[in-house]
Amino acid sequence: MVFEIFSYSFMQRALLAALFAGICCSLMGVFIVSLNVSAMTVAISHSAFTGAILGLLLGVNPLLLALVFSLFTAMLVGPLAERGDLNPDTVVGVMFSLMLGLGLLFIGLIEGPRTEALAVLWGSILTVNWTELIVMISLTLTIIIFIAFFFKEIQAMIFDREIAMAAGIPAQLIFYIALFLTGSTIAVSLRPIGGLLVFALMINPAATAYQLTNRLNHIFLLSIIIGTTCCFSGLFISYAFDLYSGATIVLVSVLVFMTTVILAPKKKVKEVIT
Amino acid sequence: MEKMQTTMEKPNDKNNGNFIIELQKVYVSYHEDVALHGVSFTVREGEFMGIIGPNGSGKTTLLTVVNGLARIHRGTVRIFGKKLDRKSVRKIRKKVGYVPQHNKIDPRTPLSAKEAVMIGRYGQIGLLAKPRKEDYEIVEDAIELVGMSEYADRSIGTLSGGQQQRIAIARALAQKPKILLLDEPTSAIDLPSQKNILELIRRIHTTEKLTTLFVTHNMSIAPQYCDRVVLMNEGKICALGPVKEILTEKNLSEIYRSQITVFQHDSGLIIAPS
Repeated sequence: MVFEIFSYSFMQRALLAALFAGICCSLMGVFIVSLNVSAMTVAISHSAFTGAILGLLLGVNPLLLALVFSLFTAMLVGPLAERGDLNPDTVVGVMFSLMLGLGLLFIGLIEGPRTEALAVLWGSILTVNWTELIVMISLTLTIIIFIAFFFKEIQAMIFDREIAMAAGIPAQLIFYIALFLTGSTIAVSLRPIGGLLVFALMINPAATAYQLTNRLNHIFLLSIIIGTTCCFSGLFISYAFDLYSGATIVLVSVLVFMTTVILAPKKKVKEVIT
Repeated sequence: MEKMQTTMEKPNDKNNGNFIIELQKVYVSYHEDVALHGVSFTVREGEFMGIIGPNGSGKTTLLTVVNGLARIHRGTVRIFGKKLDRKSVRKIRKKVGYVPQHNKIDPRTPLSAKEAVMIGRYGQIGLLAKPRKEDYEIVEDAIELVGMSEYADRSIGTLSGGQQQRIAIARALAQKPKILLLDEPTSAIDLPSQKNILELIRRIHTTEKLTTLFVTHNMSIAPQYCDRVVLMNEGKICALGPVKEILTEKNLSEIYRSQITVFQHDSGLIIAPS
């Protein structure tokens, strides 16, 4: 029976991981798309990857070091780019290359088979354990609470950070909390989705939602629906055809995005008043 | 440059009435470029002050010093009699409406015109609180004042430049400010509408007893709307005083480094390059 797979404990954990990775990645993806910080997110995801590899090398929990590295990058790149002493793209580019270089160096230093390191790279949702799942659920709840409680401040920040600040809104604080949560999301999604693919799972559902509505609360909701649907369908396809789960999930999300772009042209842009 | 005519008060001269804005030897720099060179400047409560000068003279920076967006390198700023610092800045900003220079808004921005105006209320409403009925009424009144009721539910990014500028003015008014900072508020608005908007601003300035700082390149409108003008060049205040005393051929020709002709016409002051 098809439903027999649900009786396996690893599959139950994988389904829960798909659900919560789908929710937190797609919610934070709305920030990334809205604030145009995609490059910054790539640098953060590579930092998380490097941290996890270092964890494997040193025998420390990879999730812990992935979290430390991604938060370090998020908290370093954000303020440095803000200060204006350096071009934000330069800061992101240097950080990205540093982290990628370190990550590959650490992989080279790992002795014996590098299966676990590759799992961090490609993701392996079927091997997620309960501790990782609890961290993921806690993070998802934190993100939902953050968005629910600070929705109006988030809306103002997304519109224009300078204007939000001028109106007395702590827009910088909200921005840094968003960066912190983005870093955390990337770190906890490394195992199920993979360091190279997590970025796509963050961007694609949010970018798809943007094609369908121009109301921020609807974008958040649609992004969750699209993200979790992509995670579940990708997981089933990968199980059925014995494919890499992370890669399949991401490819499904790309397909959904492309289909949406073709079928739902942005009517709102056509409304421009001249 | 020869010393220009000024009628500047000393910032700490207590006999000159209630100063709502006081700047003392303020320096602002962006990297090695100094945007303001030791600017001292006071504005009395209820004044309508024009700020005039060539591009890059520090007009916008002067406005952003008042709402704490500019990073002050040296000097003291007092707003409502309180020193502007990290501790007081958010509280002060809530009472300072700001209309920045017009920048075209991304058509995909997920906010309606009404939501963009509501941002002006968010600082007053505070964190973790939702807009109340009176906030919605204030927003609707502000939108009606600028003649945008018909477009309130439209996506802000799909409005024309002039309409977006009206919405920016409505947002600043919705803040119920005591100080209004206007940075070329009519630059994207057609000529007949410019007059309407300027008259509206002047009327609101009087009825709401606002203190208004108004940056403009259109010097001809200054006598009609401004009580005093500040003439700026290279980050310094070159002259400050009543419009007719300051907008002279000599002063303007000096700061614009070009022969400027000023003559009085029935319709007002006409200022043009010779």
